[in-house]
Amino acid sequence: MTAVADTATTTDPQIGQARLRKEDQHLITGRSRWTDNFVLPGMVHLAVLRSPVAHATLDSINVAAAKDAPGVFGAWTGADLTEQGGLPCAWPITPDMKSPLHNPVAVGTVKHAGEIVAVVAARTKAEAVDAVELIEVEYGPLPVVLDMKEALADGATIIHPDLGTNQNAFWRFDSNEAGTGGDVTAAIEAARNDPDQIVVTRELRQQRLIPAFMEPRSTVVDPTSDQITMWTSTQVPHILRLMIALTQGIPEHKVRVIAPDVGGGFGGKLQVTPEEIVTLMVARRLGKPAKYTETRSESLLAAHHGRDQIQRLTMSARRDGTITGFDVDLLADMGAYLGLVTPGVPILGAFMYNSIYKIPAYRFSCTNVFTNKTITDAYRGAGRPEATFGIERMMDELAVELGMEPMDLRKKNWITHEEFPFTTVCGLVYDSGNYEAATEQAVQMFDYDGLRAEQKQRRDSGDPVQLGIGISTFTEMCGLAPSRVLGSLSYGAGGWETASIRMLPSGKVEVVTGATPHGQGHETAFSQIVADQLGIPFEDIELIHGDTQSSPKGLDTYGSRSLVVGGIAIVKAADKVKAKARVVAAHLLEAAEDDLEFVGGKFTVRGTETSVGITDIALTVFLAHNLPDGIEPSLDSDATFDPENFSFPHGTHLCAMEVDTETGFCKIRKYVCVDDIGTIVNPMIAEGQVHGGLAQGIAQAMFEEAVYSEDGQLTSGTLADYLVPSAADLPHFDTGHTVTPATSNPLGVKGVGEAGTIASTPAVVNAVLDAIRHLGVCDVPMPCTPVRVWSALQDASSARVAAAEQVSAGHMLPGDVPTDGTTSGTISGASS
Amino acid sequence: MTTISVKVDGITYRDDVEPRTLLVQHLREKLGKVGTVIGCDTSNCGACTVHMDGISVKSCSILAVQADGSEVTTIEGLADSVGVAAGEHPMQRAFHENHGLQCGFCTPGMIMRATCLLQENPSPTEHEIRHGLEGNLCRCTGYQNIVKAVQQAAGEMSSAEATSTPATASAGVAPSASDLEGQR
Repeated sequence: MTAVADTATTTDPQIGQARLRKEDQHLITGRSRWTDNFVLPGMVHLAVLRSPVAHATLDSINVAAAKDAPGVFGAWTGADLTEQGGLPCAWPITPDMKSPLHNPVAVGTVKHAGEIVAVVAARTKAEAVDAVELIEVEYGPLPVVLDMKEALADGATIIHPDLGTNQNAFWRFDSNEAGTGGDVTAAIEAARNDPDQIVVTRELRQQRLIPAFMEPRSTVVDPTSDQITMWTSTQVPHILRLMIALTQGIPEHKVRVIAPDVGGGFGGKLQVTPEEIVTLMVARRLGKPAKYTETRSESLLAAHHGRDQIQRLTMSARRDGTITGFDVDLLADMGAYLGLVTPGVPILGAFMYNSIYKIPAYRFSCTNVFTNKTITDAYRGAGRPEATFGIERMMDELAVELGMEPMDLRKKNWITHEEFPFTTVCGLVYDSGNYEAATEQAVQMFDYDGLRAEQKQRRDSGDPVQLGIGISTFTEMCGLAPSRVLGSLSYGAGGWETASIRMLPSGKVEVVTGATPHGQGHETAFSQIVADQLGIPFEDIELIHGDTQSSPKGLDTYGSRSLVVGGIAIVKAADKVKAKARVVAAHLLEAAEDDLEFVGGKFTVRGTETSVGITDIALTVFLAHNLPDGIEPSLDSDATFDPENFSFPHGTHLCAMEVDTETGFCKIRKYVCVDDIGTIVNPMIAEGQVHGGLAQGIAQAMFEEAVYSEDGQLTSGTLADYLVPSAADLPHFDTGHTVTPATSNPLGVKGVGEAGTIASTPAVVNAVLDAIRHLGVCDVPMPCTPVRVWSALQDASSARVAAAEQVSAGHMLPGDVPTDGTTSGTISGASS
Repeated sequence: MTTISVKVDGITYRDDVEPRTLLVQHLREKLGKVGTVIGCDTSNCGACTVHMDGISVKSCSILAVQADGSEVTTIEGLADSVGVAAGEHPMQRAFHENHGLQCGFCTPGMIMRATCLLQENPSPTEHEIRHGLEGNLCRCTGYQNIVKAVQQAAGEMSSAEATSTPATASAGVAPSASDLEGQR
């Protein structure tokens, strides 16, 4: 793939070209507009005091000395901020879901370390930070609840006494109840009583992660005009504006939210944050612009985390490898409160554990639990990485139990390309895909047989460095989302997206999108779409986004939705522009509309050379001197697109891992992925998304974990402790593509933002285990750090026989007695 | 307050600063050099990297008073420092042409570090590039295209060096290692 210079002929089709990014110039020269760069006249700076303890009563808070400190405009406790409304949760997953009040500044008690206790406004940031040091707080310690199983046990300390329980909600999908598949309990029971079948049970852990976007969050609020303006580093300016209106008593039309340059999000900026509301409250109280920018340590401590689930998985299969049932039972850690979509994140995986396989009976149960930890919420993939990890780990576990080659087991169960469209056991309709083709290409690129041969040779020779091969054949549901599906899941909004196209008289075009970017390259990719739709040069198109005043309507960027929803909205708007222009063209050319064809930006009378360009029509419409009777003098058009289905990108990821059995050090020898994301608009950008996604998925497998001490302190609270990988930690990626266009949208696109993250984690862990399973290691909890791998090897060598005979002791819910499992699946909570 | 004099991107600034002020705070808050950004508070991420007297430093780990009398180049003055238009330094162009950035937040630090890396080692291997950039974190790209960009810039800068006359050789690239030794 070669990047295309900006001198490419502009009449060439733009979709499929690796156009260089329009976004780059200001970013490579430091002319950027990060929120923290903004300085307004009279602006005050905020600093906050955060709770150093995980669970305590706030017995007293004295801000008097802080108020008297030099340069200080004010200092407030949660009790002082009487106007503060609770932070919103937009996804009540069940009617009886327990939802605690979540104040931006704590009142009465604190329920996790890092919760805001008081705020100071001062002339400079340094003065604000100095004044925070002067605040005196007496904390009355309360018992700390960190473990989900303990939180649900009888007699546990209840974190929110008014709710009476630490269980946030219980949610279930059962294919038998839904009428979309068989009865999983019956399938597993039948397998248990049949010598020709097998039941495999495992308990896997999705460790807690931190999105760790590079730009710390920052908010500036200007309250000095009738309409309040907020600049903030958010993925969701439109949702934020609505939520401010709904929770802060400010009429929606009196709030403007701007997301200027935003330095990454990965789900971590899909939130209405306490800090945004605090900045808003202080700015309004003082009548002066206010800014809050977090430190990295504050960001890691208090910005929402991701994942943190325990997965108990039971699979039944015939001895020939045919899967007969799959039962998924999750515990999901909400943290101390609920964020914008916290309770729904695990549910986003509910329909994906069956993945690409024909599983006849399926059940998904999820128990959401409160603990004294930072809230969890969306992190790249949100629900689907967990599902993919669960199923792909189980495919390897089943293969081991059956003595099958893991790739053969997958082939035996996957949906073949002739079977599309395919209705899954969850009732989703996969519109298109070709798992055989992607796998074949990946296997070739990987030299699968060659690496298997080397693996055998290393095993046979007892090489201290063993080789493992990990497979992940995955699919995901992208393009959040069909609104009616979100409605059926009780989500508090739709999933449509909007676009507007403005045809300027000089021949240039402005495109407005409601999908707000934060690094994905929307300006470039969406320009390519418009260029092809309207025959306008790529360079003559400007994308407008991220400001509720100039792009007034939208549902923003997450869930790999920008292209498959927002991009299609642009196509629909372009269709309307062309329809309006056709009427004018027919008038100007004195031809019937039906006799006109639109190619290369021109309406031409069929069979003649008589034509008029769409930019000329735009000028004619602007002048409005010579238009057909009764038409509105404008080509400008809006469209709102609500997809009828999700899109289903898929792919095959293969990882070769070298494991040093003497040190536990794991090194990725080779990583190959072939992704099918449908039609590719810009291969350069798509590949970049895959690379970045891989880095985050691999990081979950090998490096990252948010660790809490026994008293609820985040001990991985700096970038020295939370291991975001550097260039030296990651391998070169070999990427490829197959293209099976989506049939659910006119471009055939499927989305690519999360694929790499969703697919890669199980490929890496499967590779680690494949390297050392013959030494008796059944599992290594993520992240597979050298110490954990080494410890697993030591445990295996000292207790190999005992481990193999251990009876499963999985224990998910109180009273849920495990009976499944031909072998042990229980994983100890090893820590590093 | 201490009075310091620092030349930043070609302009000399004389200011009173609190002794505790970090160079990056001075650059951003006093001089308006907001192209240089702050990504962490433990000097792990490298987003704030600038050149001080020709060597890449994390400006969060230098006090402003330590920069007294020094010459600082930021991302905003990088192209100017080699006499080309904004964005046209070979390293900036290479990041653009190889899609070496997505959100762009780490990019100023990454580019400033990468240019210094090539001073230290004009033709690094992939391994040397990856280790040479170890102190700069990127969350978006997975680094592969950053490595590619540095490789392209290395090729361009060394061929520019080779084809230019001795009198102009130093115009296109940063000071040689011996120059740097002298300045330290």
